[in-house]
Amino acid sequence: MAEQTTIDRSGTPLVEMRNISIAFGGIQAVDNVTVDLYPGEVVGLLGHNGAGKSTLIKILSGAYAADSGEIYVNGEKAEINNPRDARAYNIETIYQTLALADNLDAASNLFLGRELTTRAGMLDDAQMEAEARKIMHRLNPNFKKFAEPVSALSGGQRQSVAIARAVYFDAKILIMDEPTAALGPQETQMVAELVQELKRQGLGIFLISHDIADVMELCDRVSVMKNGQLVGTEKVEDVTDDDILGMIILGKKPGQAAA
Amino acid sequence: MTDSTAATPASPSNPPPAADRPGIWSRFLTATELDTRLIGMVAALALIWVGFHMYGAIVNNFGAFLTPRNLWNLSVQTSSIGIMATGMVLVIITRHIDLSVGSILGFCAIVMGMLQVYILPPILGLGHPLIWIIAVLAGILCGAIIGAFQGSLIAYGAIPAFIVTLGGLLVWRGAAFLIARGETISPVDSTFALLGGGPYGAVGATGSWIVGLVVCGGIIFGVLNGRRQRTKFQFKQRPVWADSFLALLGCGATIGAVILVNSYYWPRGIVNQWAAANDVVVPETGLQISYGFAIPVLILAVVAVGMNFLLTRTRFGRYVFAIGGNPEAAALAGIDTKWMTVKIFAIMGGLAGLASVVASARLNSATNALGTLDELYVIAAAVIGGTSLAGGVGTIFGAILGALVMQSLQSGMVLIGFDAGMQQVVVGSVLVLAVFLDILYRRKSK
Repeated sequence: MAEQTTIDRSGTPLVEMRNISIAFGGIQAVDNVTVDLYPGEVVGLLGHNGAGKSTLIKILSGAYAADSGEIYVNGEKAEINNPRDARAYNIETIYQTLALADNLDAASNLFLGRELTTRAGMLDDAQMEAEARKIMHRLNPNFKKFAEPVSALSGGQRQSVAIARAVYFDAKILIMDEPTAALGPQETQMVAELVQELKRQGLGIFLISHDIADVMELCDRVSVMKNGQLVGTEKVEDVTDDDILGMIILGKKPGQAAA
Repeated sequence: MTDSTAATPASPSNPPPAADRPGIWSRFLTATELDTRLIGMVAALALIWVGFHMYGAIVNNFGAFLTPRNLWNLSVQTSSIGIMATGMVLVIITRHIDLSVGSILGFCAIVMGMLQVYILPPILGLGHPLIWIIAVLAGILCGAIIGAFQGSLIAYGAIPAFIVTLGGLLVWRGAAFLIARGETISPVDSTFALLGGGPYGAVGATGSWIVGLVVCGGIIFGVLNGRRQRTKFQFKQRPVWADSFLALLGCGATIGAVILVNSYYWPRGIVNQWAAANDVVVPETGLQISYGFAIPVLILAVVAVGMNFLLTRTRFGRYVFAIGGNPEAAALAGIDTKWMTVKIFAIMGGLAGLASVVASARLNSATNALGTLDELYVIAAAVIGGTSLAGGVGTIFGAILGALVMQSLQSGMVLIGFDAGMQQVVVGSVLVLAVFLDILYRRKSK
C-alpha cells in the first residue's frame, strides 16, 4: 500500500457524481453527496450499514433514479435512468447479492440482457458458452460447471461469474459492492489481484466495503459516508486506520479529530 | 458422477476403464441428455393408458381405451387445454398465476359467436370466406387485449396476479353473460367449425402423412444441426448412437401417430353423406376414409413448437426464465420486467382466445359457460408437467404432457363408467400426488 502509483487527478474525472440526493419515504438515504473517480483509480466507499453507500452506487448503476444532483461521465452530463443506460456508459456493477438468476447457467447469466444472437435473431447459446469458457478460463481456471445452473455453484464460483459479467463487456467504470464478503482467503486474494490488473488497464473502480484493511490495501482514496452524508474523502497515504475509523464512527474528519 | 464426466476432457473415443464405468442406464441418460422427469411422465402416461384399457377389458369385457377412436378423441379433447397450458408455463415461470383463462375463453367465444352469427353475415353475406378468418383473428386479439390489460394492472399497478385474474375470472364470465344475455349462439360459420375437429375437420390420410414426414424431416434437421454446432465450437459431441437413437425415437413416434390417426375411419353415415355430396358411388363393401390428424391437434402442435421456440431460443424466453429465477437480478441486468409481464399475460390471453376458437368450433356454438373451470385444468397441466410454482422452471412439452395426463384420466374414467363425483376425486388427488412426487424428485436430484 505504501508504493501506490500516483494517480493523475489534474484532468477530467472518469465519473463525477455531484450533489446527489435521494429519499425513500421521508428518510434521506443520500444527502447532497459528491464523489469522483479518475482513470486507474480505486475509490473506497466506507460507512456503517445504512450509511447510504449502496444506495449512492445504485444511482450510478441505474437501479435508482436520484431526486437531485448530476452525474458526469468524462466531463459530460450523463442521463442514467435505468441499468441499461448505465451499461451504455460502460458502467458495470458487481452487486453484493451478485444479482444472478439461480436457475440459469453461467453463460446465460454472463450475457443476461446482452445475449449474443445469430443472424436470424435467435439466441446463440453455443457462441455464448464458448465466450464464457474463454473469460472464465482467464479469471478462474478451475471453473468447469458450464452446464449447471448457478445455484449449483459454490460462493466463490458464483462470485467469479458475477465478476466475469462485469469484466467481459469492457467496463470503464466498475462498481464492486462488497466483492469479498462471501469469499475465502484464496478467492479474496484472487479479487485483489484482479483489482490491481484492472487498475493497470485504466479502469476506475468504486469499491464498497466494511473492511478497513481491505480498503487500505486496494484503494487510492476513501470516501466515508455516515447517515447519508459524505464525511469526507481522503487519500489513503495521508490517513491511518484510526483516522478512517473515526470518520466512520464519529463522522469527524481527521483534522478535527486531531485538533 | 456428473463431476467425473465433467472433469474428463472431451475424448469420446477413449471410454474410461470398465471398473469406473457407470451403469448402462445412467450412461444412456448422460449420452442422450434426456430428462429423467420427462421419461417418468411418459411412463406414467403409458401406465394410465394401459391401466384403463386393462380395467375395461377385465371388468367391462371391452378395452375401449387403446383404440384409434378413443385416442383420436383424446387428442382433440386435449387441444384446448394444451394450447392454454403452453401460455400458463410462461406465466407460472415468472412467478405469476392466471385464474382468468377459462373466463377469457368464454368471453372470446361469445365475441366470436356474435361476430359470426349476428354482425358479419348481414355485412358480408352468410358463409362468406372472410367470416371465419375475421372471427378467429378477433377472438385471438380479444384475448390478447384482455391479457395485456390484466398484465399492465399486475406490472404497473403492482396488484398481485392472483387478485387481478381472480377478478378477471368473475368479470369476463359475467361480461360474456351480459353480451349474449345468457343465450347460446349457434351455429357458427361452417368453415370455422372445422377448426374444432370432427370428420371434416381433420386432414385425412395423405395430409397426415405429409405432416408426419415434415415433422420427421424437422427432427433429423434438428439433430444434425445440433451436431454441427457442437463441432463448430469444439464441444463434446453426443455419441452417434445416442443422436441416432433420439432421431429414430422421434420419427418412430411421429409415424406411429400418423398410422394411429389414419386407422380411425369415418362412420358409415358420414361416408354416405360425403359420397352423396361429392357424387361418389359407395361400393358394396363400404368406403374406408381415414380421419387423419384433427385440425385442433395440428393447431396445438404448431403452438407447442412455436412456444417452445420462443421460450428456449429467443431473448424473450431467456428473460422469462431470468425473471422467474431472480426478478431483481433481471431488472438490474437491464430487462424491463414490467413490460415483459404485460407481454407474457398478453400471450396467455391470446392463447386463451385461440383455445376459445377450438372449443367453440368443436361445440359448433358459443355459450357463456364455455371454459368453466378450465383455468384449474390448465394450471394443473402446467404443474403436473413440471412447471414450478416457485418460478424459474418449466417446459412447454411437459405442460402438454400434463394436459394429456389430465385428459386421459378424465376420459378414461368416463369410458370405464366412473361417475362425475369420482372423476373429480381422482383428478384432484392425482394433481396433489403428481406435485408431491415432483418435489421428492427435485429434492433427490439436488
